[in-house]
Amino acid sequence: MSDVVNITIDGKECKAEKGMTILQVALREGIDIPTLCYHKDLEPYGGCRLCTVEIESRGRKNYVVSCLYPVEEGLVVKTRSPEVEKIRRIIVELLLARAPGSPELIKLKEEYGAKEEKFGKEPIFCILCGLCVRYCSEVKKKYAISFVQSGVKREISFIPEIALKECDKCKECFPLCPTSYAQALYLLTQALSGGPST
Amino acid sequence: MQRISSYEDFLKLKNRVQSIMASSERIISVCGGGGCSSKDGKKIASALKDELGKKGLEEKIKVKLTGCHGMCSWGPSIIIYPEEICYLKVKEKDATEIIEETILRNRIVDRLVYEDEKVGKTPHLKDIPFYNRQTRLILGYNTKIDPQSIDDYIALGGYSALVKALTQMSPTDVLEEIKKSNLRGRGGGGFPAGQKWETTRNAKSDIKYVIVNGHEGEPGAYMDRAILGGNPHIVLEGLIIGAYAIGARQGFIYTRHDAPDLLKNIETAISKAREYGFIGKNILGSGFDFDVEIHLDIGIFVSGESSALMRSIEGKIPEPRPKYIRTSVSGIYEKPSNLNNVETWANVPLIIENGAEWYSKIGTERSKGTKLISLSGRIKNAGVIEVPFGMSLREIVFDLGGGTGNGNDLKAVHFGSAMGGSIPKELIDTPLDFDACAKLGAPIGAGGLLVLDEKDDMLELVSYFLDFLSTESCGKCVPCREGIRQIRKLLKKIKDGSGTYQDVETIREICDVQKEASLCALGRTASSPLESALKYFWKEFESRLVKEK
Repeated sequence: MSDVVNITIDGKECKAEKGMTILQVALREGIDIPTLCYHKDLEPYGGCRLCTVEIESRGRKNYVVSCLYPVEEGLVVKTRSPEVEKIRRIIVELLLARAPGSPELIKLKEEYGAKEEKFGKEPIFCILCGLCVRYCSEVKKKYAISFVQSGVKREISFIPEIALKECDKCKECFPLCPTSYAQALYLLTQALSGGPST
Repeated sequence: MQRISSYEDFLKLKNRVQSIMASSERIISVCGGGGCSSKDGKKIASALKDELGKKGLEEKIKVKLTGCHGMCSWGPSIIIYPEEICYLKVKEKDATEIIEETILRNRIVDRLVYEDEKVGKTPHLKDIPFYNRQTRLILGYNTKIDPQSIDDYIALGGYSALVKALTQMSPTDVLEEIKKSNLRGRGGGGFPAGQKWETTRNAKSDIKYVIVNGHEGEPGAYMDRAILGGNPHIVLEGLIIGAYAIGARQGFIYTRHDAPDLLKNIETAISKAREYGFIGKNILGSGFDFDVEIHLDIGIFVSGESSALMRSIEGKIPEPRPKYIRTSVSGIYEKPSNLNNVETWANVPLIIENGAEWYSKIGTERSKGTKLISLSGRIKNAGVIEVPFGMSLREIVFDLGGGTGNGNDLKAVHFGSAMGGSIPKELIDTPLDFDACAKLGAPIGAGGLLVLDEKDDMLELVSYFLDFLSTESCGKCVPCREGIRQIRKLLKKIKDGSGTYQDVETIREICDVQKEASLCALGRTASSPLESALKYFWKEFESRLVKEK
């Protein structure tokens, strides 16, 4: 069948359907690729870049994010190479400066030999993975939380008018948050807007 | 105005507008470009008109407020045709003298004339090194036409290429001609335009789009504004020709939200082109339909990135799309969308009118045609120039640019702004060429050339670019956002004298990750100025580091 392609992940030959991403195939095959912004119910986002893998395609080596890269016939994927490990270690180190103590980051820190305070601390306890923002817009279609500002000033913010109406009965984004920041931010928004506290 | 529906109609029109243009004895062209209009171009033009009115000469002698003449640091400039007398740093109060002396008595107003040590006082355009070493295929229109006048452009040969393409060539002929010309994209990457067009042309879809990228968000870049502000029709003509070749029926011009004069020019150009029948249904009786819409950009730099720009046109936040599919296959509303920058489109009519063979004689083996360069920084003649590829950077900086102009020695030239790199003075004989400059770590980018002198501090320059990117990026991906944050901190530490060799290593590590793992081209090249400074100016870093014991 023409819709099936053969790819190799870490030496293992896998069959995949056209349209699948490397990450989807790896998950199915039980091959571990770390992620922070991926969620099976949401559109792939490609923001954290932690799922970067090394690929070889038409004789060229390249680094791509596995949550978005579509499989193609003959694709050779390495989920762990020295360069991939370095990329992941530095991403974890960069994020630890923003969300020190986040349990998910601590686990990754140990796996990739990252230094906890390589970049000191400048905590906002949010790693801007966008899980809350995207879950609220894509799944719940409420748009109660959003990104604001650009570049290094980017942050998330609840829209008080919507949040006060919608969030109390939902709160489904809270457990998605890798740092519990969404919950804290919601409570803060509620308090500042003088809304009901529960 | 009746729509032009045939080749014959067009010839009649062309003859008519040419004779109108020839009926003026003289034309005084007053620069109204970015630099000069902030220096009173409009006031000077109306003062000249008043003076002519007083003398009863307003019919014989026309005053035109034009786009950018190019010599911005000498602005406002005026050029008197047919003699091509150039006056610089003109003030409103000079109007009386210019009319009395030059127009009435044919005498030069000496104090308004260009002067340098080599050529002395030179009133004529052809004798001024800044102008006579240029090849102004595109910019040449700027000093001669009113950007609001479609007739001016037609009188000087404008829209002939469109008429030729639609009445004598098939879409494939046009595409082949562009491919044969080796036109490469002027927006940054230097990707072959014909190849890009072909991808969109071959993509399977009923709906296809063509887009002009006029975002031009980087510091020190004024090339696109010089073209769109001086002669929007040349861009529009290129776009219509491209749409015909590609099979698109809808185009977009993505331009700056903060330039009302520019916007007015583009709006006028579109409505005039529609009135004349160059846009709309059944253009020139060829059966080809095409229309254009203007979209204003979102203020931040990343909106110029191709996929971010397309999201912006869709009405979404201009964040680069993370998908691994080219916009030429899946762009606006996931339809094949061909994006080229302003200057690339402006080259198209020239190629179609004169042929690929003519075009490919200009330039180097792999970089054809001319390039607009925006000269800024420590340079005497700052402004916008157009030179053939292959000219040495030395000639650009010293012969056209007049050197640093402040008595200091040249240190380096920096291409490509916040995503580019520097070339030290030792390599100043490098030719202007996409590949030669990229090989040195200083890709031409869109053509912004910043000149640095011996007193300039590379760490300050690099910090400036990173400060710029820190808020002009979207902030979506970690390597770019958090990497820029930490590099800035480490650079500050080095500038403060407490940085270590380890800090430099850490910076290099972050640069590697940004290059390999960032989401878009902005993130992947955000570290380019820094890496080029580390490569060519390591001493400036090393001298500030804490000495190891």
